[in-house]
Formats: sequence, C-alpha cells, structure tokens
Amino acid sequence: MTAPALDALEALESEAIHIFREVAGEFDRPVILFSGGKDSTLLVHLAVKAFAPAPVPFPLLHVDTGHNYPEVIAFRDSLVERLGLRLEVAHVQDWIDDGRLVERADGTRNPLQTQPLLDSIVEHRFDAVFGGGRRDEERARAKERIISLRDAFGRWDPRKQRPELWNLYNGRHAPGEHVRVFPISNWTELDVWRYIQRENIELPSIYYSHQREVFRRDGMWLAEGPWGGPRGNETLELKTVRYRTVGDGSCTGAVESTATTLDEVIAEVMASRLTERGATRADDRLSEAAMEDRKREGYF
Amino acid sequence: MSRDLLRFATAGSVDDGKSTLVGRLLYDTKSVLADQIEAVQRASVDKGLSTPDLSLLVDGLRAEREQGITIDVAYRYFSTPVREFVLADTPGHVQYTRNTVTGASTAELAVLLVDARHGVVEQTRRHAAVLALLRVPRLVLAINKIDLVDYDEAVLQAIAKDFAGLARSLGFADDAVLTIPVSALVGDNVVERSERTPWYDGPTLLGHLESVPVTGPEVDAPFRMPVQYVIRPRTEELHDYRGYAGQVAAGTVRPGDQIVVLPSGRRSTVASVETADGPLAAASAGRSVTVLLDDDIDISRGDVLAAVEGAPRVTDELDATLCWLAEKPLRPGARLLLKHGTRTTQAIVGAVTDRLDTDTFTLSTPEQLEINDIGRVTLRTADPLPVDDYADVRATGSFLLIDPPTGNTLAAGLVGSPLVLVDLPGETAHTPGP
Repeated sequence: MTAPALDALEALESEAIHIFREVAGEFDRPVILFSGGKDSTLLVHLAVKAFAPAPVPFPLLHVDTGHNYPEVIAFRDSLVERLGLRLEVAHVQDWIDDGRLVERADGTRNPLQTQPLLDSIVEHRFDAVFGGGRRDEERARAKERIISLRDAFGRWDPRKQRPELWNLYNGRHAPGEHVRVFPISNWTELDVWRYIQRENIELPSIYYSHQREVFRRDGMWLAEGPWGGPRGNETLELKTVRYRTVGDGSCTGAVESTATTLDEVIAEVMASRLTERGATRADDRLSEAAMEDRKREGYF
Repeated sequence: MSRDLLRFATAGSVDDGKSTLVGRLLYDTKSVLADQIEAVQRASVDKGLSTPDLSLLVDGLRAEREQGITIDVAYRYFSTPVREFVLADTPGHVQYTRNTVTGASTAELAVLLVDARHGVVEQTRRHAAVLALLRVPRLVLAINKIDLVDYDEAVLQAIAKDFAGLARSLGFADDAVLTIPVSALVGDNVVERSERTPWYDGPTLLGHLESVPVTGPEVDAPFRMPVQYVIRPRTEELHDYRGYAGQVAAGTVRPGDQIVVLPSGRRSTVASVETADGPLAAASAGRSVTVLLDDDIDISRGDVLAAVEGAPRVTDELDATLCWLAEKPLRPGARLLLKHGTRTTQAIVGAVTDRLDTDTFTLSTPEQLEINDIGRVTLRTADPLPVDDYADVRATGSFLLIDPPTGNTLAAGLVGSPLVLVDLPGETAHTPGP
C-alpha cells in the first residue's frame, strides 16, 4: 500500500524542501536573498517548513535600492520579527554615498544592486545564496541550474554550467566562489499564487488592488517616490492598481486591477496575456538579451 | 480538484523540428503569453523571416540565437486542466549524451522525434539507447512532418515497425512505447486530433501526456531515504527531538515500520513521519519528510534509512556504467569524488572494461572513456555505500563522479548494467551489457 500520490504543488514543495536541506547539509554560510516580494516570501515559507520545528538555520539578505514601498519594508520587518530570523540589509545608497557606485542618469537602481550583493557575499563569506528565480520567467533563466556556480567575480557562464542529474546537486566550489540556489526553479507564476492561497501566506498589501496616484511612462503606470515623479507632460492620476512584482519603484509598474483577494488575483493571472516581467519591469525590456547580460554580471 | 505533475523530456536530432513541436505544445495549450509571442515576431522580422519562427520561443541564450542551435537543456512549463508539465528540452547534436542524460534523469516519459522523410536514423538509435540506459519508464516516438509525406500510412507503419524493433532490442516493453504521427508545423495530432490521419486511432501527443501515470517504479520499490539533515530544535519543550530529514527516494514509510540504518546496519522502528503540517500515516517516494525513530541511535547526513526486507547492499566495490560528460578522459587509476545520495566519498577507478558503440550497440574494450562515451568501470570507494542496482531503484543506484581539483561533474554513474540489449531473431547477436 502506497501513500496518496503527490499533487503538483506538493511535488514542487517537496522538491524545494529537499533543495533547502541539501544546501543546509553541504554549505557553511547560506543566506536567503529577500526583497519582501512574493517569490522571496514564498522561499522563506518553504525554508521554515524544511527545518520545522527547528528555526531556519540561515539569515536573510535584503539588497535595498532605497526605492521602496513603505508597505513592503513594514511587511519585511514584521515577518523577520515574527519568525525570529536575522536580516542583513545592504543599502545601495551607502555604495552611492562613498563613490563605489554612481547614480544612473535614468534614476533606476535595479542594475545597481549587483555590486552591493557581491560585496555583501564577500563581506559575510556567504557560500550559498538562495534566490526566488523561476525558469518560466524568461528565456535565459530556462537554462539556469537549480544550484548554479558563480566565480569569484560573481559571474555566470552559461556554457560552463555543470550538468544537473537526478536530484544529486553538485555544489563544490573553490574559496571565494559561491553558488546561487533556486529552490522554486520549477514553479510557474500560477503555481506560486496557488500555493500562496493553499498555505495562506501573507504578502505585502501592494499585491492587492488599491488606490494609488500613478503616471504613465513607457507604457507602464509608475508611482511617485524618492526616485522622482512625473516629468514634462506626464501627469499623476488616481488609479485602482496592484503590483505583480516588487522591485525598484523607479522601474516597476503597477497594473490596473480590481483584484482584492487571492481568488481574484489568481483569476487575473490566469486570464493575463502578459508575463509578469514583460508587463511591469522596464529593466528587462532594455535589450533582447537583457537578463542574460545581467545574470552574467552576477545579478539574480 | 488537484492536478498532478508529469516530468518528461524531448529528444531528437537536428532539424527534426523539435523546437517547433515544443513551441506547438506551448502555443496550443495557451502557455505562450502575448508579450512572448510579440517578442518572437519582432525578432523574426529582424531576421528577415516572413513567418514567426517558433523555435525562437525556446532558444534562450544569445549564442544559440546567433548560431541557430540549441546548446543546453532548457526547462519548459505548461499545464492543462488535468495536469502540470515540466518539460526538459534536450538538444540533439551538441554533446547529445550529456544533454540527453540530464533530461532523462528526471523524466518519467521521453518524446523522441524523427522526421517522417528520414525515419529512424543514427541519432535516434543513440538517443533511444541513452533513454533505455537511464530507464526512462515510457517512450513516445513522434513521427514529425507527416504533412511532407502526404499523410501516407505506409510510411508511418514502416517507421513504427523499425522503431518497435529498436525499442525491443533496448529492453523496452511493447506497452511502454507509443508511436504518434504528428506535424508540429501544422498541428496535426499534437494537441488537436488530425482529420488527415483517419487511419490513426491512438491519442494525440497531449492526450497521451495527460493520461500516462506520473509516478515511476520507485513507488513500488522497498523504502529508501538518504538522510539529508538532522533536525534538533534544542528548545525546552522539544529537548529530546531528533528528526531525520529527507525526501523518500523509493517505496513508502509508515509509523511502526522496521528500518535499518546503513551503512551501520543498526535497526530501529519508525516512531512517526512528520511534516511541518503535521504527522503522516504514510509517505511515498517523492515526499520530503522528517522521520522520528523509537531509539536514540547515531545517525547523520549521508546515512540511508531503508526497509529491513530487501535492504540495499553495503559495499565499497562497485561495477557501474558511466556516461562520461567531461572533456578530460577517464583512465584507469583515476582518483575522483563520488556523490551517492547525500554522501560524498573518494573513489578510485579500477578497470575500464567496456565501451558501448551507440551506433552498432556493440562493445569494445577501451583504453579510456572520452566525452559522451558510455562505458563500464569498476570502482573502489573510501567509505562503504548502501547501493541498489540502478535497474531496481534509480535513486540509490545513481551517483555522480566529481573532479576533485575543479569540482566539476565528470560523469553520471549507474550501479550495475542497466542497459540490457536483447537479441532479436534475425539480427546479429549482441554481446549483453553494458
């Protein structure tokens, strides 16, 4: 007599838990990259389940662009507090202030996260960095390994990836190298939402429909913030919107939506005609190979 | 109603239209979203093409787009109301062994493509041999481009018969193989049933993918679980809690089961099978759990919990089949690292006894194994390992060989000789193995 077969979400959950435990067993200083967005919140939830009833045996790292939504930072701090986790924050502003980074002309700080991330990895001697990347997000990511080696410069070389066989992960690395680990590689956006619903996972409020003053730029609804506001003939309008991803406020667009509950969000995702990155992330639209280039440089 | 998850792989040689088939599956199941289609249309126009090139949907890296080839295994996702699919899309020509082995290692089914105009070619034989070696439970032969042979039933019958002989000689049972005539370009029998193949009464490709069992033979095997991590909360209320965390690799575990801890051989009884959501009455292959035992015995990462009946054998001498994946050749006497389950140990290669010619399915005695070679070796390990033959239990019969100085993965290892070549009447006799 066998136990009931796993459904898709159970199979994905078991795979992710297996990955968390492998890394905990084989690496000295893992860390979860945490933005407060839905994918990294899901990662933390899975990590908690992997080690329960013991606490998660590694900290979180937030590379903070400073272009935040206050709701997300409040959510981040309350989650860390509630779970008794340790949070490291690398402020992009510190790198700009001491001259290691220069603000871009367009004010966007997403591409500036790579340097603080790599510096933090060196400073804390992290050897395994968990990220919420999924293979369905983008074509370059479709070829990413679950455990992916980065050289001492944090670079990804797609032609030197190790073959990943069965569920035997090879995380061997030289001093100074580290691995990126993607426990939810095989999840789709819809899997993430359905699992959030099944597990009743709390998310920042900006994922649900709310009223916000936004302006139109490059086909996206952007909010006013420390990164700037409307220019020229752009004007603020009060719209009913929600966010599909949490990123740098200067380049993460809101979508018009009346979805106030998880059921409504899922219905909207199912009916959507645009991928979440294509719809709302200007930085991914920069070039045909935008994501591949940024990954090679050490971005997540 | 909850949907289950099928992991499958596709393999085919260059120009069989595999990218188009994958594109068709994604497109017809409405898994391609508007911005992705627009991106492909833009890129197709940039390349001076008059119609959208669906293969652009699936070629991810810049070098691949520039050279018009696929380099690496890519993972695709689509779903229907009854099932979710994880597709390992394995390219045909560049390093076909490495890519096919990778894709096949996690697949419960493989779709092998041939061009209806060319039938079973060398590459088909090679791919089928690798899929047989890796013990992929089910095969689909998709005969593509049937529109280019005028939907001629006789052509299809000839290819199907040819392939059935090949599959049988590689040890596939007849009911594990299905042949489907398709046109990825036009869409015949991929998702929609074709009216141009009235002589074909089987399922469409998607219909078949939706109905095959998602679980492999692991579920019916005896219980095995490599211990990944020991969970010890060390809090006041959980002072004595000691949980062995792992993913059930084969069989089923229940409270009250007698188990043996390997390699030590100590026995105990399962007290409970825990998850973060509470205890389970039983957990089968694939589920991540935390096992609590009645006795306080010394168990750590690398140990294997197994059913007392039909336990793995514990050995430091292995006869194994290797798929050699590295540029650097393997020679007898090599000192390597071997990762089996959750244990990594040192290994010395004894003899390299056989090399499989995947074109003729004959064996030769090689001096060394080179990249993409499949061969048999003997290995001695520094620590005893609890192993099964790969043919019996894939999870405890598989291992990696790792290069100590670089950490690179050199080989996929399979305990024993999982590829059994069957002599067919009327054909030249084969030497059995590897």
